[in-house]
Amino acid sequence: MYRYDEVDHRIVRERVEQFRDQTQRFLSGALTEDEFRPLRLMNGLYVQRHAPMLRVAIPYGHLSSRQLRKLAHIARTYDKNYAHFTTRQNIQFNWPELARVPDILAELAEVEMHAIQTSGNCVRNTTTDAFAGVAQDELLDPRAYCEIIRQWSTLHPEFAFLPRKFKIAVSGSLEDRAATQVHDIGLHVVRNEAGEVGFKVIVGGGLGRTPIVGEVVKEFLPTRHLLTYLDAVLRVYNRFGRRDNKYKARIKILVKAMTVAGFAAKVEDEWLHLKDGPSTLRDVDVAHYASYFTDPAYDVLPSNPAELTEKLAAEPAFARWLERNTRPHKQAGYRSVVLSLKKTGVPPGDITADQMDAAADWADRFGYGELRVAHEQNLILPDVRERDLYEVWQLAKSQGFATPNVGLLTDIICCPGGDFCSLANARSIPVAEAIQTRFDDLDYLFDLGEIDCNFSGCMNACGHHHIGNIGILGVDKNGEEWYQITLGGSQGSHTTIGKVIGPSFAQADVPLAFEKIMTVYLEQRTNGERFIETVRRIGLDPFKERVYAKHH
Amino acid sequence: MRSIIKDGQVTQDSWQVLRADAQGQYPQVAADVDVIVPLGLWLADKAAWQNRLGKTAVWLAPDDDPALLAADLSSLPLVAVDFPAFTDGRGYSLGRLLRERYSYAGELRALGDVWVDLLHYLWQVGFNAFEIKDGKDTDTALAGYDTFTERYQSTQREPVPLFRRRVTSQ
Repeated sequence: MYRYDEVDHRIVRERVEQFRDQTQRFLSGALTEDEFRPLRLMNGLYVQRHAPMLRVAIPYGHLSSRQLRKLAHIARTYDKNYAHFTTRQNIQFNWPELARVPDILAELAEVEMHAIQTSGNCVRNTTTDAFAGVAQDELLDPRAYCEIIRQWSTLHPEFAFLPRKFKIAVSGSLEDRAATQVHDIGLHVVRNEAGEVGFKVIVGGGLGRTPIVGEVVKEFLPTRHLLTYLDAVLRVYNRFGRRDNKYKARIKILVKAMTVAGFAAKVEDEWLHLKDGPSTLRDVDVAHYASYFTDPAYDVLPSNPAELTEKLAAEPAFARWLERNTRPHKQAGYRSVVLSLKKTGVPPGDITADQMDAAADWADRFGYGELRVAHEQNLILPDVRERDLYEVWQLAKSQGFATPNVGLLTDIICCPGGDFCSLANARSIPVAEAIQTRFDDLDYLFDLGEIDCNFSGCMNACGHHHIGNIGILGVDKNGEEWYQITLGGSQGSHTTIGKVIGPSFAQADVPLAFEKIMTVYLEQRTNGERFIETVRRIGLDPFKERVYAKHH
Repeated sequence: MRSIIKDGQVTQDSWQVLRADAQGQYPQVAADVDVIVPLGLWLADKAAWQNRLGKTAVWLAPDDDPALLAADLSSLPLVAVDFPAFTDGRGYSLGRLLRERYSYAGELRALGDVWVDLLHYLWQVGFNAFEIKDGKDTDTALAGYDTFTERYQSTQREPVPLFRRRVTSQ
């Protein structure tokens, strides 16, 4: 993974000192609330229901065991022994004290971490496939480009005050696991017919109030032009994006207003002036960053060793966990392990300090000291020998990490909701828990198969409800919490926005509605058909009829 | 006269900024004062402004097109960009365009909601003069220059981005 040099360290230290000074001036009254708010947001600090919330960047979801131990230490020392992973592969602390935030940032800087641009109207944390570098279906490793983009976007002097937040995702695999089509910019690392590496550039996707699937503005952008082209896109957005209405300020609205062709032409015009300028990447520059992402010294191992197959045959529960919570690895004899943070009764994405320490130890003991954070809010051990999987499973069970539900209905992507977030219309955690409880029977859950369930507590759509196969949105009706259900959304290479099935539900009725939807699916599915496939085939009507039937 | 920051120094300055009042009317400008006028007024009657006794400069609003000023840049004594709110970042792009695309080499001044925390970025995109907003201290704002000693990007001050200097220096 990337390691800071002296300059990276210096920039982060200087940012900590800048923020310490800003915090002190705010506390002394020299900065007003209106002046301090954008400054603190640009450093990941929200003021929430109970206390400030600090969001720490985990660039493209890469985490070392040392960093995870530091996060555990921060959770114990400055917070209430836990933290929360977000859908941008970041981590949030819910209870820090404002005056101590600069000290937390100083601790983070020691392990090459920061909270720079984790909020605010600026370029946010760049995200990618959590299995980048180890996935079996990877075409090209996106991580060097992610780091190049991270550095380009960090404290960019021209783009610190954009009309609205700006999110970039990069994917290099066959299956798009980075939700690139619902980002402000989605980049696919591709090879053209001549064998040259470059990017397919998608612009203008996004969720929120106006969910839109992004469209391609450039089929093939040679690698060397990456940063000049990004500068051109951002400059067009910075100058012409709407600033009069925050709900119409994302780039997707600008792209719609200009039309994709019009927007692409404007970018092209801007880019002509920047192209081949000093920000042009040379092969040697890309090679420099790629050198941080070489493979570890994998052992040469057979696939499916006896240590694994014997245990699989003897223990169905282990086999079930392996099927759901591990993924194929590009290296024979290895798999990637997903540590599920979706145990029933625990808010999705929450992790305790003890769990962090345990996972860090396993990363050292069974892997190469690295972990990944998935945008589905789970933690990943990327490189585990197949012969060690049984032991890892037992350890994971002992720490509450082994719920075998990855990719299933109860692996709910969920925002913190009204329990924590001051923007939310409704609570998400108790409703997610009620659903998890209703579908707690593992045989039933496995029978239902792969279902993405995404949950947002408000229109900001942090829980990506639009692209859940089944999505839930918290809405406010005269001060009461209600829940709207959408069906048919999907992420990945064929991203689609789900459709609302009808009037919203009271909190207590959500699990029953889910059960009716699942019953229709089980009745209607043909052999081996996944939930989303059935929904696409039969449409929403059979589900609507059942869910809203008067006497049933 | 008021204090401004110019080229890293606090200096006294006599330029007056011509702004519309609440009714959209512009006050009369005495013939002998040095005045910074909005782009629209400048374009409406360039010759009249150029023939005044005092000097005339131009300020751009965030949604102005700097291309409209391109032909005049070599003869203008000063160009300013207004930041009606510090969170409106359009002026940063205008600064770079004026410097990099239109090769403006004269004084580039930031007006409006400008204070210490913004100086570093403004300097990097090409501004070299800052009228600090009322109520904020001009002397201590000088510290804003030094917030960061290095940056990743190609900027007007250091066109060679860090990644090129890094690899070349190895």
